[in-house]
Amino acid sequence: MTPFTTLTAMAAPLNLNNVDTDKIIPARFLKTIRRSGLGVHLFDSLRYLADGSENPDFVLNQAKYRKAEILITGENFGCGSSREHAPWALLDFGIGCVIAPSFADIFHENCFKNGILPITLPAEVCAELMADAALGQNARISIDLAAQMVTRPDGRRIPFEVDAFRKKCLLNGLDEIGLTLEHAGAIEIFEQRRAAAESWQPTIDGV
Amino acid sequence: MARTLFDKIWDAHVVERMGDGTCVLYIDRHLLHEVTSPQAFEGLRLAGRKVRRVDATIAVADHNVPTQGRGLPIAEPESRLQVATLEANVAAFGVPYIPITDPRQGIVHIIGPEQGLSLPGMTIVCGDSHTSTHGAMGALAFGIGTSEVEHVLATQTLLQKPAKNMRVQVDGTLAPGCTAKDIILAIVGRIGTAGGTGHVIEYAGEAIRALDMAGRLTVCNMSIEAGARAGLIAPDQTTYDYIKGRPYAPQGEAFEQAVAYWRTLPSDAGAHFDRVVTLDAAEIVPQVTWGTNPEAVMPITGLVPDPAAEPDSARRAQLAQMLTYMDLKAGQKLAGTKIDVVFIGSCTNARIEDLRAAAAVAKGRQVAPSVRALVVPGSGLVKAQAEAEGVAKILQDAGFEWRDAGCSMCLGMNPDKLTQGQRCASTSNRNFEGRQGPGGRTHLLSPAMAAAAAVRGVLCDVRDLVS
Repeated sequence: MTPFTTLTAMAAPLNLNNVDTDKIIPARFLKTIRRSGLGVHLFDSLRYLADGSENPDFVLNQAKYRKAEILITGENFGCGSSREHAPWALLDFGIGCVIAPSFADIFHENCFKNGILPITLPAEVCAELMADAALGQNARISIDLAAQMVTRPDGRRIPFEVDAFRKKCLLNGLDEIGLTLEHAGAIEIFEQRRAAAESWQPTIDGV
Repeated sequence: MARTLFDKIWDAHVVERMGDGTCVLYIDRHLLHEVTSPQAFEGLRLAGRKVRRVDATIAVADHNVPTQGRGLPIAEPESRLQVATLEANVAAFGVPYIPITDPRQGIVHIIGPEQGLSLPGMTIVCGDSHTSTHGAMGALAFGIGTSEVEHVLATQTLLQKPAKNMRVQVDGTLAPGCTAKDIILAIVGRIGTAGGTGHVIEYAGEAIRALDMAGRLTVCNMSIEAGARAGLIAPDQTTYDYIKGRPYAPQGEAFEQAVAYWRTLPSDAGAHFDRVVTLDAAEIVPQVTWGTNPEAVMPITGLVPDPAAEPDSARRAQLAQMLTYMDLKAGQKLAGTKIDVVFIGSCTNARIEDLRAAAAVAKGRQVAPSVRALVVPGSGLVKAQAEAEGVAKILQDAGFEWRDAGCSMCLGMNPDKLTQGQRCASTSNRNFEGRQGPGGRTHLLSPAMAAAAAVRGVLCDVRDLVS
């Protein structure tokens, strides 16, 4: 995983609540066996008109937000399906950080696995950042994960909370499977203990 | 200390607890399907890793599979490739796999309980948010992303912190014509799509205890629609009777030992819940969604809400957008709204009990000429049972299309999808914009309500047809 340390970039305002993962990327684009190349389908139903052309009203189609790397959005972002294609699509488009008043659990988890930093801030703070983002090109927002600080275009600073373990993984781009395999001995002991204590536990021995 | 059902299952699966509270949590069952597993297997391959426990893992293709022409090659190339990729991966890594042509094939969340793979006290995961379904067995079951699928394949564990406990207590008795689907839709309407975020919901109370396993599975299935990654119902005699004799369940003496353990699982008296919500089942009437998320739900007797009455401007704009998308007018009656398609199926409502409920309404009636109605059984075994019982014949005689098992029009990854502007009465779980096909409009409801809509051609109150 690519580490996330700092990011200074343009932010796009997406002033919607309850953006579900079907909206982030519809099911018909999940038929891929790869992680890459999904950015073109990000927010498909918002971004494109029925004839396939770009919807000029959608924020990411506006010249000043085409290179946005931060998304400021509404509450319960990423609700619905567990599809990791949602963070893959965001990442492929170039979004490395999403700021919202709240996130759905599975999406939130999936972001951390892919080097995307989801930042939860109170709704009124998100509204201020949304107003900053509305300024366009000249309004760059800075994120410093180590310091847990968002810096607004006018220099004002907003601290944020992040789980210490996830922070460490993001900062160092750690392979979580590798970390867990350091506990392989404990996993083995757990399995042996349960096999002895709960011998009735069935296994799947073929179909 | 008094513990909840969730606490007990969690504690029994902690391999190691780290200083910051993150746990290495052991996973008993890992269910795989074709959409969210290819990149996980690819990750294993790149790192030179194996599947740690193939005897705790099982795979089936469900999302992409066509519901007609079973056994023929899948026409759509990308769907065909995704299924072929699953088949190649399970063969290469030695994972048990139920082939598409096997009578046991079906929606992963239908066949887990049906095969006795999902048992009380287990931790169960799948790269699919509706894994919450299996919580009805008294298991801790939740959806995970593909990175976590890879993590479980490689380590048989996840790194997690415990969720908070929430109890949803449904007291009283359901009125005739009202079902488990109406209970869960009413709950989602009450607590909202983010009401359960960060929580595991335990459903309790007289109305939940009275549900059969099919109904309990329907309730837990939609926990994620209330934001909760997992829903749980304490195992009881109904659970044990359901499990007994199923192929992958413990048999004989082992079953008795298992039941003895399962009886220790229900939440202790006085266990702490971070949040408690109470509903009266007697007040629940048949529910229908009117908007584009599952909390936008109301009784079939209701009127479409007026955005002008919403004080918050962002919410007002979203309400107005929902009505525009759904082509509904503020203040109109929901009942009487003309529909084009009926879909009876999905991991929410495609068990034999659901098909019987639909058939009971459809019997002796005809699907309205303007309506296309599909029934997609949850598994090949459900299909066979419905055919043996005569349920299939009733539905077919009434004009329903009778299909093979799969996820189908719940999310339109196979050829079954809505076209632009079509309005569907659907027994599935999500009414998001475009969920059943681009531009399609979804009204979520129970199987009985869906059958009533099919024969009347409009959204209507099933109690008017069966009383």
